[in-house]
Amino acid sequence: MISEKVKQSFIRIVGSENYDDSKAGRLVYSYDATPQFQSLPDAVIAPRNTKEVSEIVKICNEHRIPLVPRGSGTNLCAGTCPIEGGVVLVFKHMNKILEIDEENLTVTVQPGVITQDLIKAVEEKGLFYPPDPSSMKISTIGGNINENSGGLRGLKYGVTRDYVMALEVVLANGDIIRTGGKLAKDVAGYDLTRLFVGSEGTLGVITEATLKLIPMPETKKTMLALYQDLEAAARSVSKIIANKIIPTTLEFLDQPTLAVVEDYARIGLPTNVKAVLLIEQDGPYEVVERDMKKMAEICQEEQAVSVQIARSEAEADALRTARRSALSALARLKPTTILEDATVPRSEIAKMVKAINEIAEKYNVKICTFGHAGDGNLHPTCPTDVRDREEIERVEKAFEEIFAKAIELGGTITGEHGVGAMKAPYLEWKLGKEGIEAMKAIKQALDPNGIMNPGKIFAKSERKRVVVTR
Amino acid sequence: MTTAKERATIQQQFQTRMNEDELMNCMRCGFCLPTCPTYIESGFQESHSPRGRIALMKAVVDGLIEPDEDVERSLNMCLGCRACEPVCPSGVRYGHLLEEARDIIAQNKKYSLFVRIIRKIVFSGLFPHQNRMRLLTALVGFYQRSGLQSLARRFGLLNLLPRHLTTMEKVLPTVPTWKEMNDRPKQLTPQGIKKRRVAFFTGCLMDTMFMKTNDATMELLQRAGCEVVIPPAQACCGALHGHGGEKHQAKELAKRNIEAFEQLNVDYIVTNAGGCGAFLVEYDHLLKDDADWAERAKAFTRKIKDISEVLVELNFHETKLKVKPQVVTYQDSCHLRNVMKVANAPRQLLQAIEGAEFREMKDADRCCGSAGIYNIVEPEMSMQILDYKMQMAKQTKATTIVTANPGCLLQMKLGIEREGLSSHMRAVHIVDFLLEASGE
Repeated sequence: MISEKVKQSFIRIVGSENYDDSKAGRLVYSYDATPQFQSLPDAVIAPRNTKEVSEIVKICNEHRIPLVPRGSGTNLCAGTCPIEGGVVLVFKHMNKILEIDEENLTVTVQPGVITQDLIKAVEEKGLFYPPDPSSMKISTIGGNINENSGGLRGLKYGVTRDYVMALEVVLANGDIIRTGGKLAKDVAGYDLTRLFVGSEGTLGVITEATLKLIPMPETKKTMLALYQDLEAAARSVSKIIANKIIPTTLEFLDQPTLAVVEDYARIGLPTNVKAVLLIEQDGPYEVVERDMKKMAEICQEEQAVSVQIARSEAEADALRTARRSALSALARLKPTTILEDATVPRSEIAKMVKAINEIAEKYNVKICTFGHAGDGNLHPTCPTDVRDREEIERVEKAFEEIFAKAIELGGTITGEHGVGAMKAPYLEWKLGKEGIEAMKAIKQALDPNGIMNPGKIFAKSERKRVVVTR
Repeated sequence: MTTAKERATIQQQFQTRMNEDELMNCMRCGFCLPTCPTYIESGFQESHSPRGRIALMKAVVDGLIEPDEDVERSLNMCLGCRACEPVCPSGVRYGHLLEEARDIIAQNKKYSLFVRIIRKIVFSGLFPHQNRMRLLTALVGFYQRSGLQSLARRFGLLNLLPRHLTTMEKVLPTVPTWKEMNDRPKQLTPQGIKKRRVAFFTGCLMDTMFMKTNDATMELLQRAGCEVVIPPAQACCGALHGHGGEKHQAKELAKRNIEAFEQLNVDYIVTNAGGCGAFLVEYDHLLKDDADWAERAKAFTRKIKDISEVLVELNFHETKLKVKPQVVTYQDSCHLRNVMKVANAPRQLLQAIEGAEFREMKDADRCCGSAGIYNIVEPEMSMQILDYKMQMAKQTKATTIVTANPGCLLQMKLGIEREGLSSHMRAVHIVDFLLEASGE
């Protein structure tokens, strides 16, 4: 609860137009894109600059008010659901691109900048910001940094973490710190930049970021390969990499996904094939040509039943349709769509996909798998209905087993969505008790009062909890 | 303001009437946000986004919140442009949810006497009665022709109105006379070989205020090889009622139209207004729970087709079309694009015109802010959206802005007037432009 006195001090900082505690105003910030999580904040505050953020944080710290920084609320781990109430911070005013530095190849932004706007702005200068989460048309850079978002181009270019060079962060006590710099080399002390990337708002509020840019690749080509055998597709992936080729995209759809996609988009893909690979390469023209030729050969050697290389952008777009439609096709099947991101070393992909299909059968639930084969990041997706409690129980058990299997294969419970509240009960499986303790020690040191996005990353109980309504 | 008792009734009706499956289908991914004009123009307020509005509707159903003023405000602020629908991965039919919610609120809320009278006049007194629409238009004609208009303008009487209405007065087309409006064709023969037999849905405003555009439409259909039937028993499509929380009246109008068209044995029922077409094409949804009408509505909706698609199908774009050299751009009608799914045909036609250099406008698919009567009831947001639109229009350097719906057409004219560009920029309906290109 926020007392009238505290409310007035917030209003003195941001103005009454940027403080909302109306019922409707709070309700629309009670959720993010994660199914089964909803909880009302006590107020929604839109600060206009770092100083205001710092003042707000100080008040929250003094009065032990939870604080949840939120971008566009597109995350899939309940990372921005205010499960303990408190203040939701929105960055609609702090959404400027501050500088594109063409000499140092960096861009400096405020956290509320939309990812795609940033990508477009730097592309106009012939520069490239590779991280491309599926939600990039609306996700914010602040959100991407806090969740360490991945994307389709992760295999070749890495994820958000690999592009964050410097941060401005407001700590839980209101201190404003700057980490890193426009520096390729910098070993002055702990690498706090990396610590804050992916910290899910639990350590501080990111108020500015300097990101690394690279030159725009000259060309790009697209190819689609179909397989009658899952292992053959997986072998193609391993062999491509073993041949020292790192494609920019190496996406995968399994048979259940393909059947659903074909039913929805009517692309004309044979639904009896067991796996589809969408492969793209970018770079200098000659290199792209050579790599595409080699990869096509590898796919054919591995018994692909069809290999198509697009000759134009329109054809490339057609080949991408299947992968692009996957989410839409799956989301339409049932009211609730649970999209997970279990990740394994890429050598284990075939084993993982097989295990997922067996687990789905065991619990009698529908799970379709697609994802980023190149980096082992899979998206087992379950169309279900939260109103069917009995089925949801089975779905949760199936996913528990999927997480366990991923860890058994040397993988992780989450590749790019984050832990949040959703996966907190499983984190210990990945990190062990000692790992969790080490992380808790960091949390305790930076946020002793536990006001920064409480209830995220660290579970209160081991068993999963479901809908929260405050 | 609603009373506590009204709110309780509204809440209870939300629980019984709102389609829970449709509400559940929203997975809150947020992919709709960047397409929502009010989300953008409100400075990224979630309560003015489709995801936020669905969450509010669901919260009212779930009993998490009351349908208070803020909820109503959020729903009122929606343009109903439905740009959120094509991008929705789950295919949520947001427009249907909005319509139902607005109907529940409108039917259970006691409006002020003034608003009640206005709603009564517009929804019951005027639009369902074509003769009264003609009379009103004739009065406008009298105002324009008798010298009253120039008097009113000279003495600054119009300055008593809010600014956007003053400008609106300026951009009204010169309307037809009483006699012209009462002398409408019922059947027209094709020019050359008969390729199709079509019925023409004339619409209420289109057949009065914009009668010239209707004439142009019929002329084009004839030139393209269509026999055209115009059943006199047809009525207003009911879109205004449906969007404004008067669903019951919309259904009555739908039935009248189905009856008027179903026996005609035509290939298509042609429309030239995206707003009407989109409402007609969803009659099946409107009447889905009415056993006597559901099937007849389905048969009706299957025949609805926009004029631009008919023309492309009949290869009209391959005939000689020529205008004097000019840069042309196209503003999508939201309902034509997002509901009728027609986006290519108008562009294809425009690109076929010799002399017209077609330049795509940035965000041409974003609403212009007209949105039925939105520009009258929510002028501030509407004008903010229009100002953005005009910036984009100016960037194209176009001298002709083409649209495909009367509301959009008036709004673009309003935009041109507001920007002081009327000396070198015009807005036209696509059929008028095509007729100009085809030789009048």
